[in-house]
Amino acid sequence: MSTFDNPFDPDRNLRAGCACGQHQSAAEHEQATALRCDPVESEEKRYEGVVASAVMRAMFPQDVARRAFLKSVGASTALAALSQFFPLQTATEVFAQAGAPEKKDLKVGFIPITCATPIIMAAPLGFYAKHGLNVDVVKTAGWAVIRDKTINKEYDAAHMLAPMPLAISLGLGANAIPFAVPAIENINGQGIVLASKHKDKRDPKDWKGMKFAIPFDYSMHNYLLRYYLAEHGIDPDADVQLRSVPPPEMVANLRADNIDGFLAPDNICQRAIYDGVGFMHLLSKEIWDGHPCCSFAASREFITTAPNSFAALTRAIVDATAYASKAENRKQIAEAIAPANYINAPVTVLEQVLTGTYADGLGGVKTDEKRVDFDPFPWQSFAVWMLTQMKRWGQIKGDVDYKAVAEQVYLATDTRKLMTEMGLAPPAGSYKSFAVMGKTFDPAKPEDYLAGFKIRKAS
Amino acid sequence: MTSSLRVRAGLVSIVLLVAFLGVWHLAVRSTAPVATMSPEYAKLMGLTATQGKSAMPGPLDVGAKLWEHVRRPFYDNGPNDKGLGIQLGYSIARVGAGYLLAVLVAIPLGFLIGMSPLLSKALDPFIQVLKPISPLAWMPLALYTIKDSSISAIFVIFICSIWPMLLNTVFGVASVRKEWINVARTLEVGTIRRAFTVILPAAAPTILTGMRISIGIAWLVIVAAEMLVGGTGIGYFVWNEWNNLSITNVIIAILLIGVVGMLLDQILARFTRMVTFPE
Repeated sequence: MSTFDNPFDPDRNLRAGCACGQHQSAAEHEQATALRCDPVESEEKRYEGVVASAVMRAMFPQDVARRAFLKSVGASTALAALSQFFPLQTATEVFAQAGAPEKKDLKVGFIPITCATPIIMAAPLGFYAKHGLNVDVVKTAGWAVIRDKTINKEYDAAHMLAPMPLAISLGLGANAIPFAVPAIENINGQGIVLASKHKDKRDPKDWKGMKFAIPFDYSMHNYLLRYYLAEHGIDPDADVQLRSVPPPEMVANLRADNIDGFLAPDNICQRAIYDGVGFMHLLSKEIWDGHPCCSFAASREFITTAPNSFAALTRAIVDATAYASKAENRKQIAEAIAPANYINAPVTVLEQVLTGTYADGLGGVKTDEKRVDFDPFPWQSFAVWMLTQMKRWGQIKGDVDYKAVAEQVYLATDTRKLMTEMGLAPPAGSYKSFAVMGKTFDPAKPEDYLAGFKIRKAS
Repeated sequence: MTSSLRVRAGLVSIVLLVAFLGVWHLAVRSTAPVATMSPEYAKLMGLTATQGKSAMPGPLDVGAKLWEHVRRPFYDNGPNDKGLGIQLGYSIARVGAGYLLAVLVAIPLGFLIGMSPLLSKALDPFIQVLKPISPLAWMPLALYTIKDSSISAIFVIFICSIWPMLLNTVFGVASVRKEWINVARTLEVGTIRRAFTVILPAAAPTILTGMRISIGIAWLVIVAAEMLVGGTGIGYFVWNEWNNLSITNVIIAILLIGVVGMLLDQILARFTRMVTFPE
């Protein structure tokens, strides 16, 4: 949650676990600080805070020095002292008026799954309106259609699978059109569900000959399932069958015994359990904790022709994501996005997904607060990892300039700037190393990483 | 006698309907044994899992849901949730637009081809190749080139409903009785006048039969097209409810699609009767 830290809070530091050290767990700490995290009462107050935070950071670039100063005099005294020699009032007004959007009425496409939570909830909970936009969120029939409608400019921006903007920019499965990702929609939030009859086949080594469904070829679902199978010695191209199936049909196919399991976005997983046709074999976070799932994407053309609209849109999404990242808001969000206009699913299902207290399909109730989580920062190392997998499974042939593609598509720098303006604390770097099933990925050496896999298609 | 036949047929229809509903109702009763589960777990599960309720809805569920829809057919809760009346309206408007375009193209063109043996032979291979193409095969191409999903849907309706009309018009025009044309020729009637006063009335029943086949095809296609592009329309409604795995609503949509299709067909049938003449 480091992204959403409050830089004004002198009690926060970068230690792991509970941030202040006074609570047993991070959850408990959040409970205690929940009051302070609540949204401010008015727009002016929020802008004031943002500007003051920016000034504060400029005056004390060193975190330690700033904290020491705040601790010694207290935040309100510090602000009062600050306004003596800096026109905070004027600066706030300037900030609030900055960049009126070129185009206010926008259309954003989404696929009805919980991954689209920030995009969807921003409409009923008023995040678009708050940033001066009038956005229609339009439900779309499938990933290929959402791609075509965004390319055709029917949509100004859209919910896409995290690898899709990379694929479109590279011209895989479509004409090459430069796309960009200013924000990751959600992290984690997928799962492997097996048909109830496979209750005893929990070891993937026994899965030879089974049929699995994934939603789209250029998806984290595809890469994670392939990765998981390959780590267990199953060649996803030879030993099992992987089929591209639209998510709602996955549940029906599982019921009809046409497939043995699927790796799908979350409310579909929970729906299969809710309907009593399958069980949760494992959450995708157990493969890679904190992996990106879906992204918020727009074409480069839209960004250059309407930069202020794009910035306002990104702010609204980042704002909504910050709201969604808090556990105490999740129930309200589940109710807001469940109606037919949005996801069109039973509230119980969405609540189980978003709160992380869920029935596992085997008779047990499990709790994992991070089952779905939200952090908008578009790490460029995520993009590099996806490119290695595209190459691993033969979707990209030949040499790839990993870094160049990642930096062109994943707009970490711009997002960092926007987040700083909003008073959030984005990470300093754009690349981070992470572990997928215990294997560490070093974004600086993608080719070495790729060479380390025994099962792969790439030559 | 006729009226008694009608009454008897009506009675048989009702008996069949009742029998069908009865079998349906019995077939989807909950029969599966209810698994034992902790109450905490049961709260998180759906009725199928907890009460052994069949995944298929029964006629009573469908009836109740249908009543709900019929009571408020025109509500509008934003871009993705509109009443069934509005959805059907969108579909009918799309079918109407595509179909009218097809009429405007197919009938004059069919006339031309029917009156000229040369054109008829020359265009035949094209028509034969284009005619059997499935409507949905056109969809990606349309979406890609037209770059507008709603016009693409109209285009697909157009391209699919044009062939029966064209072929029937050609056939109708080409098979007007030679004697009538010869009489017109003897009376030195001009080509245009001959087309409107002799050929058109003679070919009208065949042309309208083609139009009747076309409207049926157009209505078949719109559901599939809207399922693919989404947005609005009865096809979108089916897709949206399928997404929600709500079979009840899918059944209601199927019922309504059938009723509207029948009405459209009846309208064209009435027109056909109007232009039919005894020989």
